[in-house]
Amino acid sequence: MAAKGKVVGIISNLVVVEADGAIAQNEICFIHIGDERLMAEVIKVIGKNVYVQVYESTRGMKVGNTVEFAGHMLEVTLGPGILSKNYDGLQNDLDKMEGVFLKRGDYTFPLDKGKKWDFKPLAKAGDTVEAGSWLGEVDENFQPHKIMVPFVFEGTYTVKSVAEAGSYTIDDVMAVLTNSKGEDVQVTMTQKWPVKKAITIYKDKPRPFKLLETGVRTIDTINPIVEGGTGFIPGPFGTGKTVLQHGISKQAEADIVVIAACGERANEVVEIFTEFPELEDPHTGRKLMERTTIIANTSNMPVAAREASVYTAMTISEYYRNMGLRVLMMADSTSRWAQALREMSNRLEELPGPDAFPVDLPAIISNFYARAGYVNLNNGKPGSITFIGTVSPAGGNLKEPVTESTKKAARCFYALQQSRADGKRYPAINPIDSYSKYLEYPEFEEYISERINDQWLDKINEMKTLLQRGLEVSEQINILGDDGVSVDYHVRFWKSEVIDFVILQQDAFDEIDAVTPIDRQEYMVDKVMDLCHKDFSFESFAEVGPYFKRVINTLRQMNYSEFKSDRFYNYEKELQETLSEAVV
Amino acid sequence: MATKAFQKIFTKITQITKATVSLHAEDVGYGELATIQGQLAQVVKIIGNEVTLQVFGGTEGIPTNAEVVFLGGAPTLKVSDQLAGRFFNSFGKPIDGGPEIDGVEVEIGGPSVNPVRRKQPSELIATGIAGIDLNNTLVSGQKIPFFADPDQPFNQVMANVALRAKADKIILGGMGLTNDDYLYFKQVFDNAGALDRIISFVNTTENPPVERLLVPDMALTAAEYFAVEKNESVLVLLTDMTLYADALSIVSNRMDQIPSKDSMPGSLYSDLAKIYEKAVQLPDGGSITIIAVTTLSGGDITHAIPDNTGYITEGQLFLRSDSDVGKVIVDPFRSLSRLKQLVIGKKTRADHPQIMNAAIRLYADAANARTKMENGFDLSNYDERSLAFAKDYSSEILAIDVNVGTNEMLDETWKLLGKHFKKEEVGIREELVKEYWP
Ligand SMILES: Nc1ncnc2c1ncn2[C@@H]1O[C@H](COP(=O)(O)OP(=O)(O)OP(=O)(O)O)[C@@H](O)[C@H]1O
Ligand SMILES: [Mg+2]
Repeated sequence: MAAKGKVVGIISNLVVVEADGAIAQNEICFIHIGDERLMAEVIKVIGKNVYVQVYESTRGMKVGNTVEFAGHMLEVTLGPGILSKNYDGLQNDLDKMEGVFLKRGDYTFPLDKGKKWDFKPLAKAGDTVEAGSWLGEVDENFQPHKIMVPFVFEGTYTVKSVAEAGSYTIDDVMAVLTNSKGEDVQVTMTQKWPVKKAITIYKDKPRPFKLLETGVRTIDTINPIVEGGTGFIPGPFGTGKTVLQHGISKQAEADIVVIAACGERANEVVEIFTEFPELEDPHTGRKLMERTTIIANTSNMPVAAREASVYTAMTISEYYRNMGLRVLMMADSTSRWAQALREMSNRLEELPGPDAFPVDLPAIISNFYARAGYVNLNNGKPGSITFIGTVSPAGGNLKEPVTESTKKAARCFYALQQSRADGKRYPAINPIDSYSKYLEYPEFEEYISERINDQWLDKINEMKTLLQRGLEVSEQINILGDDGVSVDYHVRFWKSEVIDFVILQQDAFDEIDAVTPIDRQEYMVDKVMDLCHKDFSFESFAEVGPYFKRVINTLRQMNYSEFKSDRFYNYEKELQETLSEAVV
Repeated sequence: MATKAFQKIFTKITQITKATVSLHAEDVGYGELATIQGQLAQVVKIIGNEVTLQVFGGTEGIPTNAEVVFLGGAPTLKVSDQLAGRFFNSFGKPIDGGPEIDGVEVEIGGPSVNPVRRKQPSELIATGIAGIDLNNTLVSGQKIPFFADPDQPFNQVMANVALRAKADKIILGGMGLTNDDYLYFKQVFDNAGALDRIISFVNTTENPPVERLLVPDMALTAAEYFAVEKNESVLVLLTDMTLYADALSIVSNRMDQIPSKDSMPGSLYSDLAKIYEKAVQLPDGGSITIIAVTTLSGGDITHAIPDNTGYITEGQLFLRSDSDVGKVIVDPFRSLSRLKQLVIGKKTRADHPQIMNAAIRLYADAANARTKMENGFDLSNYDERSLAFAKDYSSEILAIDVNVGTNEMLDETWKLLGKHFKKEEVGIREELVKEYWP
């Protein structure tokens, strides 16, 4: 029997409760104010005093208000129907709520009770199964949604029966399993899981190595991320974190996309609500919304639920990963999550760490990133969660606790640079400071030489060297003046500008340029590197800039044209002609 | 904020700090208002029967036997059409000598709009100021601050914007306004014959600073009444949000909270977001647009107040004085309206996006030429021309005293390009150059 209690203290959304029984850390409880029930989570216990963080405003709460403990931690409900849904941070279905305003204590069921799903059995009577085993599948927005043995089941079971192919609701019994003691247990299409615990039901978690195509050139070509990889995007406000994340979630070659809008603007979520039902997945041609789930806990929604939102999103990601799918999870912005932790830690009067963040912030962040990864499931099939978070460093200064802790946890670093954003060089990822650790994995090298070619990585390294040199040369020109350096220096600088304008920069708002498939990236890299290998001759430095501006313009027109269309080839011809003017 | 029947009255104060008073009391709700010898205060902490109140006017002169009256609820505002044309203080009390408002009493700082019920903003707001309409177009439902040094005429610009925007209601939330600025707003609105569209909640420098913490919520509660109940388009002006944030830090300091960057409370982001996120395009046509002022110190936008603001708002309008032309301009580099994509070239002429970008690019060339000049290098003919262009562009387009329609801004920009550049130098699509080149 779960415990009961009474409110004895209130400091903003931190409430002290006196409980009459055993309480678990992170247990959920409900505080009654009149006929409202406010959800809260236990975050500390001292003697009889239980400290809970309330997921809502505590306005009007009084000492003596009654509290019911739920006997479990914060859980999500997993089952078919999650895709296309818009949830808040606690997995309430936002579309089911009535009225224009959110009502305190209004909790809605995340799935659709009455909806029928077409079921196909995958297991049969007599099979031995365990937590996570696939019993059958239903078609959820054209994804094979596996109905699994609930993750909380322990030990092995024998399948007694599985429902026949047909159409069922989420609460129908899909299978009966017999445990080692000979007792029968029923399995429906849904199960629950506590969000703060990782789902670790898989055989092993090898190092990830397969390129995850995002269609963003400065990622795929320069600093690629992999299926099951981790990355983060720090940047001052307005430098393009959200635009970049939205772009990746539209274009990436993933089966499922989970977006956690964590403490950011509501209008940005509205943009997704408006666009995703219309836009097509470039890989399948289906509507983007069909493969997407949005967890919206925007900045004006309760702060404690903001903290929960990233865990809710991660647990949903793990659920789909265990179906053998490639999941891409995005969180914008993980700094807001860290700030939610900071607010609570300050209220608890814990000893503060740097910038008043909790001392264990690095551990919390790295545990979270560790939930991503590429796994081999117990049935041998692969599944993955690729996770990319944004970071909003205070004052744009990367030497702050959230950026530094994240840098230790994530393998790809995409640093957005204020000056690039100011110069409208989007995406503003600094090509020199940013990195992808996956480039160092021999597994990746092997994979990429097969997927693209075996000279690819050398070419990319050379390209990075040219960018670096271009930067050095431009600094020298700034100091010595245009005519203080040889014409050769100008050519070197402009070659790096060609790489910047044609490969790095990409117009997220142009239908064609926004997404570049990997074969097209290969084609353009070859084109640009050929050009960089050529020798040019000019009378004076004054000719160099205008000439290369023409070259860049033509190459950009190629980027804006349908790949290998007549238009594309016309510009390519034009480029050939321009090159023949100055190449020696 | 009316008082209710069955008030609970206590007289045993156990602790007094600069900003707070604690006492033993029962049956008190979190966030409830109280008066202490007539001064308003709000419950900020309850532990057992010890209740701590934040006293808005400061605790000077409060004795331990002061009479504390609990009012039974959070701060409220009476809303009705009678609000129109009136001036109130931070507590929603009339300060214009007029009668009290009859209306429905609602708690201020109410719930958020469900994100799935919001509509995507799509209505352009024209201000006549080309630095805004051309380069940083505003959209109804947007939230955007002016970033300006304290000596810049941001209140004048904001008053102009408010009067020219075709809003059904304009709500002024004044925080730490000097009495002169308060009278300025009053006079400008009066002269424009717009008083019946205006509602003001004002905390002047003569009032205690902590009181201003109520101003944004008062203004936005009134805004929600007109936007939600009456489907009106409401423009909310909040000046100066830096002074609002300063008041937050005063309170948190006095309550011994651990400060984060720049002695601001760790919750600054959430506190500001709760205000700015009230900007909304509602499904039934009403909207709330927020234009705020965030004063900077020495142009430093990395300070916690502008920094957190930038992470919340949908862009910023940066005012700067341009000594070359002797005018205050809307800086085209550091300003940004993130929602402009939703309207430019769609609700405005098709050449808008291209001509806007081209002109800013050429203006940037001028900035490079200037650096060259300052470093003592020779200028090319192109450099000379771009500098001449920059001067014209600054005074004819970017200056805040410009007041023309959007088409005229576009035409004027074409004219300036034609005057200083060759067609092939402007990098605009062929078809557009054919149609508009002067
Ligand atoms: N790839 C891009 N192409 C064109 N414009 C871009 C691009 N990326 C960003 N922008 C411009 O920059 C603006 C800000 O971008 P975005 O909202 O992604 O910034 P952010 O880093 O998420 O900022 P914040 O931290 O405040 O949320 C956009 O509204 C858009 O005008
Ligand atoms: Mg963003």
